[in-house]
Amino acid sequence: MADYKSLYQEVILDHNKKPRNYGTIENPSHHAVGHNPLCGDHITVDVVVDEGRINNIAFQGESCAICKASASMMTTSVKGKTREEAETLIQEFLAMATGKLSHENCPHIGRLAVFAGVSDLPTRVKCAILPWHTLNGAFNAVATTSTEAEEDPMHAPIGDA
Amino acid sequence: MSVIQTALKIRSPSAFDVERIRADFPILKLTVNDKPLVYLDNAASSQMPQQVIDRLVRYQTTQHANINRAVHQLSEVATSEFEESRRKLQHFINANEEREVIFTSGTTDAINLVMHGYGRKFIGAGDEIILTTLEHHSNIVPWQMLAEEKGAKIRVVPINDAGELLIDEYEKLFNERTKFVGVMHVSNALGTINPVKEMIAFAHARGVPVLVDGAQAAPHMKVDVRDLDCDFYAFSGHKLCGPTGIGILYGRAALLESMQPFKGGGDMILSVTFEKTLYNTIPHKFEAGTPPIAAAIGLGAAVDYLSEIGMDAIAAHELVLLEYATEQINAMPGVRIIGTAEHKAAVLSFAVDGVHPHDIGTLLNQEGIAVRTGHHCAQPVMQRLQVPATSRASFAFYNTMDEVDALIAGIRTVQKIFT
Repeated sequence: MADYKSLYQEVILDHNKKPRNYGTIENPSHHAVGHNPLCGDHITVDVVVDEGRINNIAFQGESCAICKASASMMTTSVKGKTREEAETLIQEFLAMATGKLSHENCPHIGRLAVFAGVSDLPTRVKCAILPWHTLNGAFNAVATTSTEAEEDPMHAPIGDA
Repeated sequence: MSVIQTALKIRSPSAFDVERIRADFPILKLTVNDKPLVYLDNAASSQMPQQVIDRLVRYQTTQHANINRAVHQLSEVATSEFEESRRKLQHFINANEEREVIFTSGTTDAINLVMHGYGRKFIGAGDEIILTTLEHHSNIVPWQMLAEEKGAKIRVVPINDAGELLIDEYEKLFNERTKFVGVMHVSNALGTINPVKEMIAFAHARGVPVLVDGAQAAPHMKVDVRDLDCDFYAFSGHKLCGPTGIGILYGRAALLESMQPFKGGGDMILSVTFEKTLYNTIPHKFEAGTPPIAAAIGLGAAVDYLSEIGMDAIAAHELVLLEYATEQINAMPGVRIIGTAEHKAAVLSFAVDGVHPHDIGTLLNQEGIAVRTGHHCAQPVMQRLQVPATSRASFAFYNTMDEVDALIAGIRTVQKIFT
């Protein structure tokens, strides 16, 4: 049975309450807006990539705690990393959240493993992956992305654009 | 124990014995996350009593065959049970004639039937269709499809902050191009009971027919289509203790006869040649193909079950639950009820400061409590009230005061986690 309590643990509640890198960046090199039309959640992700490295990243939006904490922890995880490293992490996070890989098999996932429990809650998976899906959209110059229809990352592999 | 709780126990221990009723529903004995199930998502789908389950088993075990066709005994039994169920539905809504009851797959199917059968025949370019802000998507999208196809126009009745229709504005929308009105009886998102009888009278005075979406009304109150004087009334079986995949469209006989068929196929014809097909009479004209026979018979058993308890007794019990829950939530700091109409059915939408409805839904589920979170397929209502989504507890007659207490305790737990 899903251990729901593990999902709403301290670290997630803390990032929800005090999101890191919250806001917008002027003149980002990459930018995207992500929507989950099923619940009305939307976030923006701004990134500054300089010589292949993520020098700055910020997010902003209205969402549930799972989405906001996921976005906040995403920004702290990828800041300072190369774009390639961030893209590897995106793939690992999506695989873990959708239950395709256990977190033990995600070598770069680290403390993002707190989101592993979401894979047992099919209706909440999209909350956790929306920020990552949006970051991926920003990298691939997709200005607006969605968790539904053709853009649904649960059905279509992303990153092939 | 609150005043209302005490009053309920004094007033109705024998008149409405909720524990005896609960014993009829096997699913209510389940536990979820090691807690007793508190099922408060009845507006999405209600649970099924053993009496209906048994009826389905009896049909499937001893009475099943295709209907309206063969001369063998089983087919005759199945046909007669199917038609008996139609008569039960006719009496449940007090329709004049049984042929005014068409079996559909549910409310959505029924509204689409009216759109195709009536709308595509009688609504044209420049004509206007009046809907309301409160409508479920199923009473918006079919009409948008028609408007796009025909070049017709949709006019929308606004609501106030409490979630009540502005009837003055409704009346102002009428003009010589108004050809149709679609309105929900009870709002699935907010619980508002709309004054449909008065709205129908106003439309009829201008020669405009009215479809009432009764999906959220039929399970909770006595529906009398003759008293309402509506032209069409639609509801789903699975929201009133029946199976999924079945519902009805009530239509005034003369209107149904004037309409074109919706789906073509077997059962809806009198004779077919490649030169000319003659359509069957109503209701069969609108029931192409083999219907969900078991589900239709199950729905008959469900309305028998509800009628035995009494729709007035059901409405009274649910109102006590709603008033008690409303009183409790209004006393909670940081919790706000969305939808505060004067006349409401057993739907309670609410928002908790600083907590997204999806987090509320997941955390209440951890306590065994089933509520719906989201936009409730009524995005225009959410936009109007400027909430992205709500949490919704919706009651049925088998819910108890203790379950309301569990909901309140669950909301307190959510608040504690998020402080």
